[in-house]
This record gives sequence, structure tokens and C-alpha cells, in this order.
Amino acid sequence: MLSQFLQFLFSGITNGSIYALAALGFSIIYNASGVINFAQGEFIMLGGMGTVIMVAAGVPLPLAILIAVLVTALVGMALEKFAVEPAGNAEVVTLIIITIGASIFIQGVVQAVFGKGQHALKPFSGDTPINIGGATILPQSLWVLGVTAVIVVLLWWFFNRTLLGKAMLATAHNPLAARLVGINTRFILLLSFVLSAVLGAIAGIIVAPITLTSYDVGIMLGLKGFVAATLGGLGNGLGAVVGGLLLGLTEAMAAGYLSSQYKDAVPFVLIILVLFFMPRGLFGARVTERV
Amino acid sequence: MLVTAAVILALPLFLPNPFYYDVVIRIGMNAIMVVGLNLLIGYAGQISLGHAGFLALGAYASGILTGRYGWPPIAAMAAGMAGVGILAYVLARPILKLKGHYLAMATLGMGIIIFIVLTQESQWTGGPDGMSVPAFSLLGRELSGEKNWYWVTGALLMLALWLALNVIDSPVGRALRALHGSEVAAQVAGVDTSHFKVLVFVLSAVIASATGSLMAHYIGFITPTVSSFFHSIELVTMVVVGGMASIFGSVVGAAILTMLPQLLSGFEGFELVAFGAILMLTMIFMPRGLVPTLAAKLRRA
Repeated sequence: MLSQFLQFLFSGITNGSIYALAALGFSIIYNASGVINFAQGEFIMLGGMGTVIMVAAGVPLPLAILIAVLVTALVGMALEKFAVEPAGNAEVVTLIIITIGASIFIQGVVQAVFGKGQHALKPFSGDTPINIGGATILPQSLWVLGVTAVIVVLLWWFFNRTLLGKAMLATAHNPLAARLVGINTRFILLLSFVLSAVLGAIAGIIVAPITLTSYDVGIMLGLKGFVAATLGGLGNGLGAVVGGLLLGLTEAMAAGYLSSQYKDAVPFVLIILVLFFMPRGLFGARVTERV
Repeated sequence: MLVTAAVILALPLFLPNPFYYDVVIRIGMNAIMVVGLNLLIGYAGQISLGHAGFLALGAYASGILTGRYGWPPIAAMAAGMAGVGILAYVLARPILKLKGHYLAMATLGMGIIIFIVLTQESQWTGGPDGMSVPAFSLLGRELSGEKNWYWVTGALLMLALWLALNVIDSPVGRALRALHGSEVAAQVAGVDTSHFKVLVFVLSAVIASATGSLMAHYIGFITPTVSSFFHSIELVTMVVVGGMASIFGSVVGAAILTMLPQLLSGFEGFELVAFGAILMLTMIFMPRGLVPTLAAKLRRA
């Protein structure tokens, strides 16, 4: 009984960590630009696919990871420079279609070059399950949890203790005022895409040994990351982490105790119910609209 | 309106074989759906990333009621429209309270839930493999052949256009535009904004359901992919590429997006790349859509 619960708990927080990293990516870009980047899932896919393909080609794992992260960061930069920035102050629907177009484009390139097949990455430190209280946890899950924890702490430090991080927060609050005090908001915008791309790539790499990876793996992960970000309240960093973990746990518990067939529907039922009662997510700011 | 009617009447003269008829019929059906969706997105300014769900519900209502229970197709279609209308009405109030990205999230979620239900409830829907749908018939006469379908679709498209233009020129249409401009200002001016938003949401959902039924009978086979997230995006893209708040833009958008996969089939293996690039470039360089942008250019020239 307890061991079963523990098993669901482990799987929930592992997936939840990935959702949290994806949600952080959404929030960072949303804060800097007001854009919901539907290509966030492709960053996750690029990280995973890039690493798998280089490892298969004989590149040592650490180097492969580094290159995959760098390539994804470049893609993020290109996305901002060539797709989001030229669009300027377009309507929300237009921006959604642009980022979805980018996401289809990236998927198309990966599919055309590397095919539609599924790829597996070897776990970082073996695949002997660890026994805890009758439940088992894969060593790779510990990697996921550890890396996520480190990233969350680093991000906290970056946004609260460094000048650049504070400049990003200032831009999120009021871009015009930020420019007035000498913050280069265009650079901040670019940085936000790079940061999100790096977060996505890392998430994709650490989860690749658990779930297989393929060119279309980013769609569902991206959408669930968006759910997690909305659940916590768009643009709220803490909200994104809590939203991600909550989503992972709810999904695992519902799959375990209710119906595994409807596992993928759980996040969407959850978010619709939450939005019905809290239209700005769990921790969203209660802003009043200015006329 | 007259131009569209003329095009519909004249087009058969230029269609050499059933393949072209088929493409044009699909364009017409998509156009009917997109005209309805444009009322919601373009005129009322409310995003929906889940309308393919309503389309699919209509399609499956027709498929299940005619195929398994032997209902007459027209009754099944009406039942689908009524059911979707009620569902949309119940969902509309809480969903349309949301704004911007939160609204996008909720409608997206709704569409995905419908997709998953259609995929999982295979005893009703045939699951991922889909189900076949009997041909459309009315008063014992079966509708078959591309030519007959062409005229039916053409007539229904004209009906949809007439309906949409009337809605836009009515007090409802003015209220919707006021709503799109500024919801608060519209409220202050005494417009019951939530009432109108619900109205147009239900209208667009019912039109989607009717189109779904029609497509199901025409193609004769349906799978859950009609309700996929990607299909919802495709429909929204038709609205935006053609031009938001441009009814004829919707027809143009439907035509372009329906033909695009055929045109791109030459780029073997690179269809996705080309499709993504076209989406991005159109939206970057013509954020207002094709028809409004070209209309503005013509006026200046």
C-alpha cells in the first residue's frame, strides 16, 4: 500500500521536475516579452535528440551534452532574432502562430535530417533500481531531481543576487522604466530566450534515458510545461516550479489510482478546473486591467 | 458576396477531373468552419485553440448515430449541433471569463481532452483506428459523386457567408467589435459583454459541429486526429492567414491552407519544414493577414 504510494510519488516528482523546468522556460520568456513560446517543447526535444545522436556518433557524453546545450541556445537566440523580434507588437494569436510555426519548422528539420525513429540514451550512472521503502527508483530519476534542484537554486540566486538577474526582473515589471534606468531591454529579451533554451535542453537531456526521445517528443512536454506555468500563474518563477511538481504528482496519482488510459488528459482537466475558480492560476498576480 | 457566388458558379467550368473537385469541396467545408471561427477570433477577439474538438464531436455524432443506431443523417447532424451547442454554452461562461493566454490554455485543454476521449472510448469511436461513416442521404436519396457534393458545399458556404455578414452588420456585430476594441469600454457603454461572447462562442461551435458532420459523411471515414491540437492550430491559422475580422479572408485562408499540403508534396521529406517556414513568414510580414494587407495596399495604390 505504502510502497505503491511511494512508487507513484517517485514517478510523479520525476516527471514533475521536467514539467517544472519547461514551465520555468515559459515563465522567463513570458516575463521578458509577454510571449508564450510554443516552441519551448522543441528546446527539450533538441537537447535530448542532440545528445543521443552525438553519443551514438562516438562523442563522449559530457562533451555531447555541452554541444547539445550550446546548439539549443543558438536556436533559441535565432528564434528571438528572426521570428519574435521582427513581429514586434503583433496580436497574441499572431505570436502564438509564429512560435507554433517555429516549432513545426524545428521538428521538420530534425525529422528530415535524423528521421522519425525513437532513440534511447544510456542512463548516466547505470540502471540498477534503488529500493526505498518497498518502492524502487531509477538512478536516472535521482539525476533528474538533483539537476532540477541545482537549477532552481541557481536561478533563484541569479534573479535575486545578480545585477543582470535583477535587470531581467525590472524589465518584466516595466520595460519602459527599465530602459530609462539604462537597462538594455533588447539584450534582456535575447537573454531570456537563451536561458529558456538552455533550461529546455537540460530537461530534455536528463529525461532522455527515462523516456525515449524522437523528433515529436517536444509537443506533449511543451504543452504540459505550458499547463504547469499557467497552473502556477504565468510569469511567476516559484509558481512554475510548484505548478510543475503538482502537475507531475497529480498525473502520477491519477494514473495509478484512477485510470492510466486517461493519464495525458489529467493535466488539462486540472488546469481547466483551476482556471474556472482562479482565472490567473494559483499564484498569479491579482492585477486590475488599465483602460 | 456576389463575387464568391460567381466563383462558385463558374468554378466547375475549370475543374478538369474529380481530384480537383475533391480539393475544392474540402476548401469549401473548411471555409464554412473558418467563417464561424473568425466571428469568434477576428470579431470578438477571443482565442480558441480547441475548435477542432467541436468539429470532431459533430463528426462522431454523425458517425455513431447513423452508423450504429441507423438515424437519418440529417437528424444525427442536428443532434450533434444541439449537443455541441449545449456543451459550448455550459463551457462558455467560465472559459470566456479568462483572457489572453489563459483563454488559449483553457480552450487548448478542452480540445486535447476531447481528442483523448475520442481515442480512448474505442467501443464507441473505434479508437485510434477510426470508424467509417455511411453516406449522406435525405428522404431516401443518397448524396454521392463529387459534382453533387460540390453544389451542396457551395450552397452551404453561401449560407454561412450570408449568416456571418448579417451577424456582423447587426447590433450583435457592433457589440462584438466594441468588445474586441476594449472590453471595459464596451461594458461601460452598456454592452452585456459576457452575453455576446457566449453567443458567438456557441454559434462558432455549432457551425464547427455541422461542418464536422458534413465532412464525416463526405469522406466516409473519421479518426480522432480531426480533433488533434495540430488541427485546431490549422483552423486558427486559416483565420489569421486569411485575415482576422475579414469574412472573405476566411475563404482565402481556408483555400491556401487546404491546398498547401498538396503543393508541398513535391518537397519530399521537407513538408514540415516548408509548412513551418510559411506559417512564420506570413505572420511576421503580414501580421494582419493576407486579405486586409492586400486590400490596404490596393487602396493606397
